[in-house]
Amino acid sequence: MSRFRSLASVAALLWLLPAAPALAQQPISAPALGRPALPAEIAAWDIDVRPDGLGLPPGKGSVREGERVFTEQCAACHGEFGEGVGRWPAIAGGRGSLNDDIPGKTIGSYWPFVSTIFDYVRRAKPFGNAQSLAPNEVYGVTAFLLFLNDVVDDTFVLTRENFASVRLPNAGGFYDDDRETAERHFWGREPCMRNCKAEVKVLSRARVLDVTPEDQKGAPKVD
Amino acid sequence: MSGDENGVVQFGRRRFLGATGAGVAASALGLGTGRADAAPDPAIVEVQDWARFLGDGVAVRPYGKPSGFEKHVIRRDVEWLTASRASSVSFTPLHQLDGIITPSGLCFERHHAGIAEIDPAKHRLMVNGLVERQTVYTLEDLKRFPGRVSRIYFLECAANSGMEWRGAQLNGCQFTHGMIHNVMYTGIPLKTLLEHCGVKANGKWLLAEGGDASSMTRSLPLDKAMKDCLVVWAMNGEALRPEQGYPMRLVVPGWEGIMWVKWLRRIEVGDQPWHHREETSKYTDLLADGRARRFTWIMDAKSVVTDPSPQAPLRHKGPAVLSGIAWSGRGTIRRVDVTFDGGRNWRRARIGGPVLPLSLVRFYAEFEWNGKELLVQSRAVDDTGYVQPTKDELRRVRGTNSIYHNNGIQTWLVRTTGETENVEVS
Repeated sequence: MSRFRSLASVAALLWLLPAAPALAQQPISAPALGRPALPAEIAAWDIDVRPDGLGLPPGKGSVREGERVFTEQCAACHGEFGEGVGRWPAIAGGRGSLNDDIPGKTIGSYWPFVSTIFDYVRRAKPFGNAQSLAPNEVYGVTAFLLFLNDVVDDTFVLTRENFASVRLPNAGGFYDDDRETAERHFWGREPCMRNCKAEVKVLSRARVLDVTPEDQKGAPKVD
Repeated sequence: MSGDENGVVQFGRRRFLGATGAGVAASALGLGTGRADAAPDPAIVEVQDWARFLGDGVAVRPYGKPSGFEKHVIRRDVEWLTASRASSVSFTPLHQLDGIITPSGLCFERHHAGIAEIDPAKHRLMVNGLVERQTVYTLEDLKRFPGRVSRIYFLECAANSGMEWRGAQLNGCQFTHGMIHNVMYTGIPLKTLLEHCGVKANGKWLLAEGGDASSMTRSLPLDKAMKDCLVVWAMNGEALRPEQGYPMRLVVPGWEGIMWVKWLRRIEVGDQPWHHREETSKYTDLLADGRARRFTWIMDAKSVVTDPSPQAPLRHKGPAVLSGIAWSGRGTIRRVDVTFDGGRNWRRARIGGPVLPLSLVRFYAEFEWNGKELLVQSRAVDDTGYVQPTKDELRRVRGTNSIYHNNGIQTWLVRTTGETENVEVS
């Protein structure tokens, strides 16, 4: 921080010199912009957590404690067992369904990292009252969600120390974008312009499903 | 006049002006019915109110709005899609727009915790993590940086057309393709801010974070940030709209919209990606074998005919103008082809405006409709040689469960009544 101030004062001194107007044209004059972030400010906003546990606050929470918070603050939308109410997302179940016709993508079946649960609950939950949970409550809710997904048993206590030892079943289920190799055949084709297929049949129609909002329907008139 | 068996006659200048075609053309345009006893048009022979009385003076409308006759041109949502409108999407009315710039008030919205209404005087942008100088900026600070630029870019949600993987579902390009907009942004390169803070040698990734109630976060590789990302405060010449991230947002050209963090309040530099919720449980592409692609940032080349389309049916036989948009997150659109017979025969569309990299391009194809059924499609090619695939070609690689990145060719069926429907064809 002191270094920051000294840079600013050097810039201020230069301002008084005859050559200063030329210097002011350079991007180097930018140290005068912004100010150092204070440690308390960084601590208030830098709450993100990574898979290796970097960013976790001190604390711990049990499955039992998490169940209490979840029942009060989360179950109205996600369901008592994480099954999802109405169109709210299911967050448990679906194990082994990822290559089914209708896959169930939940924490237990799909999410790769425990840290994602902790980070998301800490920054965005409960929906409509974000960042209102204490660290121990976030640990507890995370532990309870692991329990709902059969990753830990009901006596489990999640702590910063044991965090990195907990693995989700689908951790190995992801790989980096490979479109440029797996879909290489979409490049460099000469687009067909004439007699590209023998016949054309209509295979599916939106009107069969009829799910478009109501005020978009109605037949036009042609002249 | 040259024609084919599919209800489309090529409409060239020669035919329009030619002596043999003059009478037909006039009739098709509705230019006089040729009846001498036709009643004169009251729109002409009667003095209209607006031609007689004084209208509003200046300053009655200090912020101009569209004509009251345009009030049907609005963003719409599909209520069954989401559980709450605070975490939902509204769609750009593409079928009612032209050119390449999306009006600010019609740009689609995607919020994860509603619209944050932020007092710019209380907004801060923090850069922290692996930098020499962890810094807090105000909006006023950003506006004093050298190197301000304005750039036109499309922003497409990765889930645009995501409802269509299993077949034609929604009737209207607003709903099938309306999670896109194209805007001129003004701000400073993200590179400028990062250099100002001094990225440490081991800094390889950024975490961009929003100031809304979802505290939206996405990991962004440093290379992209240094290449062409912007921190912007203006769209189409005025301040960002609240629903687009006022007072500042990130611009990540060509990449999926979720990364363009709105209400941007923090950029952290780190040495690894964070694998947060919107890059693991969401915005990953589940393939048929049960594994998923992650970090699928780039939006591939895509196009759609906006007119005719289910919300913009054909209403007149005779001369017609097909209109549409094309774009590519990999570069610049090189050409667009259109078909009227479901892909048996194609012709080049005419590009009708600016051709800019990572921006929407507007295309047209003039034709004459004889009242027969049409199967209309468009196909975009970009300057990397990528040719927009059919939906079947996409499904052969990806299955039907990937939700995101559906850039397949769209088909509209125009019936003999002019009514137009979203269909898929063989």
